[in-house]
Amino acid sequence: MSKYTEDDLREELKTKEYEYGFYTDIESETFPNGLNEDIVRAISKKKEEPEWMTNWRLEAFKVWKEMTEPEWANVHYQKPDFQAISYYSAPNSKPKYDSIDEVDPELLATFEKLGISLDEQKKLAGVAMDVVVDSVSVATTFKKTLAEKGIIFMSISEAIQEHPELVKKYIGTVVPTKDNFYAALNSAVFSDGSFCYIPKGVRCPMELSTYFRINQAGTGQFERTLVVADEGSYVSYLEGCTAPSRDENQLHAAVVELIALDDAEIKYSTVQNWYPGNAEGKGGVYNFVTKRGLCEKNAKISWTQVETGSAVTWKYPSCVLKGDNSIGEFYSIAVTNNYQQADTGTKMIHLGKNTKSTIISKGISAGKSQNSYRGLVQISSRAENARNFSQCDSLLMGNECGAHTFPYIEAKNKSAQIEHEATTSKIGEDQIFYCNQRGIDTEKAIALIVNGFSKDVLNKLPMEFAVEAQKLLEISLEGSVG
Amino acid sequence: MELKEKLVSSFMAFENTVDVDSSVHDIRIDAMKAFEAQGFPHKKLEAWKYTSLKSILKHDFSVFPKENEALDYKDIKKYFIHDIDAYKIIFVDGKYSSHLSATTHDGIDVCLMSSALAKPKYKVIIDNYFNKIATKDGLSSLNTAFSAEGAYIHIPKNKVVEKPIQIIHFSTGNEAALMLQPRNLIVVDENSHVQIIERHQSLTENPVLTNSVTEIFANKRAIVDYYKIQNDKQSASLIDNTFVNQKQESIAKVHTFSFGGKLTRNNLNFYQNGERIDSTMKGITIIGDKQHVDHNTLVHHIEPNCESHQDYKGIFDANSTGVFNGKVVVEKEAQKTNAFQANNNILVSDKATINTKPQLEIFADDVRCTHGCTIGQLDESAMFYLRSRGIPEKEARGLLMFAFSNNVLDSVKIPEIKSRITKLIAQKLGVNIGFDL
Repeated sequence: MSKYTEDDLREELKTKEYEYGFYTDIESETFPNGLNEDIVRAISKKKEEPEWMTNWRLEAFKVWKEMTEPEWANVHYQKPDFQAISYYSAPNSKPKYDSIDEVDPELLATFEKLGISLDEQKKLAGVAMDVVVDSVSVATTFKKTLAEKGIIFMSISEAIQEHPELVKKYIGTVVPTKDNFYAALNSAVFSDGSFCYIPKGVRCPMELSTYFRINQAGTGQFERTLVVADEGSYVSYLEGCTAPSRDENQLHAAVVELIALDDAEIKYSTVQNWYPGNAEGKGGVYNFVTKRGLCEKNAKISWTQVETGSAVTWKYPSCVLKGDNSIGEFYSIAVTNNYQQADTGTKMIHLGKNTKSTIISKGISAGKSQNSYRGLVQISSRAENARNFSQCDSLLMGNECGAHTFPYIEAKNKSAQIEHEATTSKIGEDQIFYCNQRGIDTEKAIALIVNGFSKDVLNKLPMEFAVEAQKLLEISLEGSVG
Repeated sequence: MELKEKLVSSFMAFENTVDVDSSVHDIRIDAMKAFEAQGFPHKKLEAWKYTSLKSILKHDFSVFPKENEALDYKDIKKYFIHDIDAYKIIFVDGKYSSHLSATTHDGIDVCLMSSALAKPKYKVIIDNYFNKIATKDGLSSLNTAFSAEGAYIHIPKNKVVEKPIQIIHFSTGNEAALMLQPRNLIVVDENSHVQIIERHQSLTENPVLTNSVTEIFANKRAIVDYYKIQNDKQSASLIDNTFVNQKQESIAKVHTFSFGGKLTRNNLNFYQNGERIDSTMKGITIIGDKQHVDHNTLVHHIEPNCESHQDYKGIFDANSTGVFNGKVVVEKEAQKTNAFQANNNILVSDKATINTKPQLEIFADDVRCTHGCTIGQLDESAMFYLRSRGIPEKEARGLLMFAFSNNVLDSVKIPEIKSRITKLIAQKLGVNIGFDL
């Protein structure tokens, strides 16, 4: 990111309120509830997909029908009824509110704390607003810069139309349709998502984000992302948004596939702050995501995630270190409060020689929440000199929450070096006392300590995200400590 | 016939041979039902993900061994810790061997499960303790259903048992394949102290499968020291289920030394039912060939101010497989818990495998729980240091590996066991360490 200076950032922040375009689908319609072959066909037809794509979806649907929901995760929830969901709903362009005064004041207060501008607030809360003319030009400028470098960045539906050869070559190669229940479901019915291709030797000049892209509103509950970094390229991809999003879809089953070819590097950052349900644990989003990256020779994939939302999270961004000298990284902060449940972690599959992986996972549980780390480090017998370092720390606030760690380590090569450490503790009374003594009130002191606790991960986020994520942590834990 | 069917049908015959009071009879019937429903564990079960019993269960094990010939003490002396005076409870092919044993009823009861189950004077203890903490999973239930023989140890209040107690199970191979199901009950009352050494030993190459259940009750301020020496023949497999229930301020230590056997599975479960309890689990595993050792531990912290320490070291050569699955559960009430868990491993061969899963489940906030786990190699510079001082590579390697596993021995209280284990380690590593500890 050598060309991306602070000035750029300042400029970007200034123009940020314009980044949101307004997309109106004239033919807005929703499919009837339920899932069968006809629905899958209809989705495909609606998107005017080529035949191979339709068949691919049908194949996935067939597999899905045979599968059962996974039960092994350390989460408890009412299973969604898959026949009671509508699998296609065009982006809802109708404003939910006529003026900002109608919006839940609690939500507005949160926006305020995050420092989100008024126009942006309106957009996020779904308030009707005038279309900002400039937004189109901002998005176009980005598109132009990208196009000059030969970078393809568009919605996956467009990509299927415009670059079928690329999509066909890579989709489903890292997360096969048969991979798991939710991946199969996603493959059959995915509504939209992003596609990104970085050509050989190109360093993407900006953080790619769904933020900056027009026409992205309401990609719906079955998002599909495919990022391909060709040889020697670099890309940093941001997903999600720190602002709380009140989504009407209860079930989210996304699939993200990353492919880093020789010498390429992909940095994928996520901030997830979906509706976690109310303080009594009613409602909230189920977030069942399959994320996986494949590293070829000398490639590097780095996952960074800040998970604060959703009632139930089930997410394991993984790296398959196939090529020699490839590197996988996973940095995660998972915060659960009230009745939230998170079962998250990573898998590092070492196949190539001299592969390295780092796992840093910080779990913070408050209220009545349950927070689990579940990880797998696997060293195959041919992975000479593989190296792994894992650290999982948990912080407990209050005596009604739980923190769990389930690390699996499987080594089949004698030259492997694996270290795993985990600790669980609470915020020390002496730490709080130290802060109090210096005139910092308890709530601020806790925010300070939590930030220190999660610093290792926050540092890995792109700068503009890091600042917001820090505030988000504070807000998520507000009122959790007496 | 599948082993499961064979066992189920043998159960009726077994029930006719033992004359027991009704309460144990009911426990057995229930246990048999539980086994019928669950069967043997398979790889689909999370706790058995890395250990398969398939290859072992295919043998046609005989469940009721024939009467055997008496063993001569001098032939089997080496399997005893013979340089110390000890109480001895010796079984040969599952049958009590009176001439090899040295039991007592003098103030303490060191005797047999069969007599404890039969005699009315033990009824109170049996009613209060028998099958109270053993889990109801397939294998433990199977053992409960067939429970008839084993060691029965009851130490009343305020007794320090002067001599250690040795429990050894021999199998002579007079059956083509033998399945043993010893059942031990150890009750240590307030302020008492006992040391126990346990060993399973096969004397021939005929396959043996031992499915053992030991229930240990450490009451208030009791101290229990338990040593398991596992250095069996390549034909022998052991599934050891040990359950320890601790009352307040008690101290229980279990040391497991696994150096051999085709498949060894140690299910070691600690339940802390009281405050200020100390639980220690330590182990050294040094295996090669196609051996498989699986340590599956559980510490359940139920009440506040308790501690637990786990330290397992493993060295794996040739085609061996090591599994460590350590679980620490801290309940909501168990504030101020201090739980420590470490698992360090060295893979010596490219064909060896280690699967480890240190697991924490914590529901209390004011706790200090840590686990650490490493898989690595010997320090190159330490190797160089030793070699530059004229120590051959093999010996240098042996010394370093010995040093790696040695700190587990620090908490061993019986010097004779320490030196025996030191010798065994040296033997396993193929070096002459050149010093005794």
